[in-house]
Amino acid sequence: MPHDHHHEHLSPSGHPYRPDDDVPLTYWQTMEIAMRELLIEKGVTTAAEIAQQIGAMDARSPADGAAVVARAWVDPDFKARLMADGSAACREMGFEPGALRLLVVENTADTHNVVVCTLCSCYPRNLLGLPPDWYKSRAYRARTVKEPRKVLAEFGVELPDDITVRVHDSTADMRYLVLPARPAGSDGLDEAALAALVTRDSMIGTGLPRPPE
Amino acid sequence: MTDGRRWHDMGGQDAGPVDLDQHDFALWEKRVDALQVITSTKGLFTVDGLRRVLEDMGEASFETMTYYERWVASVNQNLVEAGVYTLEELGARMEEVKSRGATYGEAAGG
Repeated sequence: MPHDHHHEHLSPSGHPYRPDDDVPLTYWQTMEIAMRELLIEKGVTTAAEIAQQIGAMDARSPADGAAVVARAWVDPDFKARLMADGSAACREMGFEPGALRLLVVENTADTHNVVVCTLCSCYPRNLLGLPPDWYKSRAYRARTVKEPRKVLAEFGVELPDDITVRVHDSTADMRYLVLPARPAGSDGLDEAALAALVTRDSMIGTGLPRPPE
Repeated sequence: MTDGRRWHDMGGQDAGPVDLDQHDFALWEKRVDALQVITSTKGLFTVDGLRRVLEDMGEASFETMTYYERWVASVNQNLVEAGVYTLEELGARMEEVKSRGATYGEAAGG
């Protein structure tokens, strides 16, 4: 989550920028430059279109998904539409979830859902932004379907044994979003304040919403 | 691997703890991502084509290359197969790019 203060050498998310501009050029970076220039020269794309696409991707963040979750928490009719057709409900709010069908799975008092892509890195990137590095890692992909409780514990999520854990393995044909359970004590909060409780990881299932202050 | 699965089908295997470190995406990585979206959206290849090349690269690539290094290799292979440019054109351009400077910033011209 973004910090409220700014550092010269930190990105908006508070991580150091990768100093790729002043370290030796790699083979794969060379390929990216050559590929991009050839695509522009051949008329496939333009520099402006590439910049626009990067800007669009940068603009997507877990805040988009959090807004959808908060709406579902306050509006039972919207929640019903979200569970029935996740893609259509997101479009209703002005978010474009992409061509692939968005399936929403709901955490309840007795069930916790978590999403993984064992085969690659399928992720609702149009609603949450690019996936975190760990989502694409061997450890997460391999272990989440086998020992989800242990993996969740590494994220700080300790689930009692009487909670059912459902693991959803993505494919290239659909995307999953977890609808976390609304935190206790959040009754008086409005939609915007509720959205601020919804973390990225709570929508993947590797986290829970923040408790209200 | 002894169970007949290909290397990328890693669900259920043993592995170490999940590393929660995160890096911010570098400009060249964002460009690879954007080029993948743009060229596949224009119908030059499909997500299945992207994955076919990634999976055919083999397990060693997963250990030795970063995510977007594997992606640029796959997008490039798909574009060559689609006839967008030839390997000769790519090779010649890569040589020219390298001659511009020793860093990404110099070679990319910004």
